[in-house]
Amino acid sequence: MSEPLGKDLLGLEPLSAEQIRLILDTAEPFKEVSERAIKKVPTLRGKTIVNLFFESSTRTRISFEFAEKRLSADTVNVGASGSSVQKGETLVDTARNLEAMRIDMVVMRHPSSGAARFLAERIQSNVVNAGDGTHEHPTQGLLDLLTIRDRFGRIEGLKVCVCGDILHSRVARSNLWGLTKLGAKVAVCGPQSLLPRNIEDFGVTVFRRIEEAIEWADVLNVLRLQLERMNAGFIPSLREYYRVFGVTLERLAAASHELVILHPGPMNRGVEIDSRVADGPHSVILRQVTNGVAVRMAVLYLLAGGRPEQAEAAKRGREGGE
Amino acid sequence: MKPLLLRGGRVIDPSRNLDEVTDVLIVDGRIAGVGRNQGTPDGAEVRDVRGLVVAPGLIDIHTHLREPGQEDRETIASGAMAAAAGGFTSVCAMPNTDPPIDNQSAVGFVVKQGAAAGAARVYPIGAVTLGQKGEQLAEFGELVAAGAVAVSDDGHPVASGHMMRTALEYARSFGIPVADHCEEPTLARGGVMHEGAVATRLGLKGIPAAAEEIMVARNILLAGHTLGHVHLCHMSTRGSVDLIRRAKDQGVPVTAEACPHHFTLTHEACEGYDTNAKMNPPLREPEDVEAIQAGLKDGTIDVIATDHAPHHYDAKEREFDDAPFGIVGLETALGLALTILVGKGHLSLPELVARMSTIPAKVFHLTGGSLARGVPADVVVFAPAERWTVDAARFRSKSRNTPFAGWELTGRAVRTIVDGRTVFEA
Repeated sequence: MSEPLGKDLLGLEPLSAEQIRLILDTAEPFKEVSERAIKKVPTLRGKTIVNLFFESSTRTRISFEFAEKRLSADTVNVGASGSSVQKGETLVDTARNLEAMRIDMVVMRHPSSGAARFLAERIQSNVVNAGDGTHEHPTQGLLDLLTIRDRFGRIEGLKVCVCGDILHSRVARSNLWGLTKLGAKVAVCGPQSLLPRNIEDFGVTVFRRIEEAIEWADVLNVLRLQLERMNAGFIPSLREYYRVFGVTLERLAAASHELVILHPGPMNRGVEIDSRVADGPHSVILRQVTNGVAVRMAVLYLLAGGRPEQAEAAKRGREGGE
Repeated sequence: MKPLLLRGGRVIDPSRNLDEVTDVLIVDGRIAGVGRNQGTPDGAEVRDVRGLVVAPGLIDIHTHLREPGQEDRETIASGAMAAAAGGFTSVCAMPNTDPPIDNQSAVGFVVKQGAAAGAARVYPIGAVTLGQKGEQLAEFGELVAAGAVAVSDDGHPVASGHMMRTALEYARSFGIPVADHCEEPTLARGGVMHEGAVATRLGLKGIPAAAEEIMVARNILLAGHTLGHVHLCHMSTRGSVDLIRRAKDQGVPVTAEACPHHFTLTHEACEGYDTNAKMNPPLREPEDVEAIQAGLKDGTIDVIATDHAPHHYDAKEREFDDAPFGIVGLETALGLALTILVGKGHLSLPELVARMSTIPAKVFHLTGGSLARGVPADVVVFAPAERWTVDAARFRSKSRNTPFAGWELTGRAVRTIVDGRTVFEA
């Protein structure tokens, strides 16, 4: 098994449960690297990675960059503004030009669903999807899984509800694939106008009321409600959204059991989530961010040909690659 | 021009309920007779067409030929040649060119280029509104006088109910249909494929079936109100078929067409973000495909049309969201219809010829669709059982955007004759 994940990481849909577990297991030893005084291992020394971000991003872009740097890769960041994309260059041409400079991997965030796959089919380098349109955001899904597994010791059998704007959420799709593949019971909850058609085909339960979702779930993954959804007419107001669908301390207190709260960020406090929840004991939101670096290190390591069983050694500073 | 005797073919002429093995004689560009023992005029070409079908030439009432303005995708000449290679003797060119065909001189240009092409006949369709902007009616009287056979704002649906009503009423004066691309714009906005399970999985914005059906219902109601002939382009949903069936029962002057891709493919074809499966209306669900097939069988859908929509390679070699809608269809339509509709028992061969020739001629009041003695000899000879593989690189069209590349089809045109002149021979 020289390429345990294949050439690219485009989503969690194409991965098997074994592959997902492999990434999570590989992330474990990498967590510790970020806790050291000298946060660096030589695993990807000499590899060149381009972070191609056609959409703004803070958390994901910086997380990838830390993951790359802590693995000693050489990295370049390219954004849409100020690049040749603004001059009308196509995605393929941009990538092929980068590839002509002999790069090894592309990490791409793009506003169009399918863009990562489109690119992956046309270049030799490994492609990591850092979010494509409203399709998938696999490393976010993986870090959510890792965070849930950290807290409960397992995924299988847990009840996880993804809440909010499912229609426009790539995080939701990656979560649904990852969670169902690992045997969780999965639900979604949100206004019907923000639930995609045939969402039941993912094998999920649909809750119309957040109170029902809270009573049912062990874990809520609360999605960001993008402010532009109100202007586009999907919901009447952010105020009403909070009143009807907001994850508040009162609602959590009314449940008969304790819940764990995830949020992929950036948060709209007082819209989808109450600050007292975000900052309170239910929340593992910052833990997600910490795990994001480890998960991305694991993905980059495995795509670069690193052997899963050598990840522990790689962490100790020896060459893990072939 | 030498007389031509096509001897021993299966002659199918739905205009006269004819389906028998016999001969067809063409003299001086006209059908001189159908039947055995006609004698062979001096110098005639005698062609043995045993095992082949001889039928009135196919007529495509929905074609985008891109000229003027987008000649890198198609020209009237290349499109007319692609049509001939597909067995079509006539095509109707949609007016959404650049500039649009919204005035008499533009119509005249299409007529002139069509004649110069010397392949399939090319009939212009005029715009409904100036610039296809939906604001001011085009001058239908002058469009028709210059050669337009219908009006349509295809590509830019007529959004305003008032404008559609006026167009239907005004078109009655000239006896032409108003062909509408049925799409409620606020429901379809931003959509790139059918709204359903596949769009949800791929994270692509959907176009709901209701976006089409609302406008089908509106157009039917307006046709009933005005008694103007509305022709509904490229029907794609079960709901549309149901609405049309009911309207026809009530005697509303409505006709409808469906495209080969809508009776062949479902939204599953978009898997993998294949931009050659991106079209508008989008590929729908299996029950929609079945409804289209049933509508073609029972006559709810009158006509098979291609919606031939050439696009440059670069335009389709894009992210799915950014690629244009549409596929080429002239050179695969007959093969798909024979393979999917006749091959799977949905239509008989005479029913197929009716939907691709006799009825389209009737719906748009065109020459053709018949092998009656004395009519201009627009004839297709096709091999109904020949197996062939779609090779887009060999298309006569300038564009290659087809989801059917590599498909093995049964049946293709081997000779296409317009006005007695052979314009294509395999």
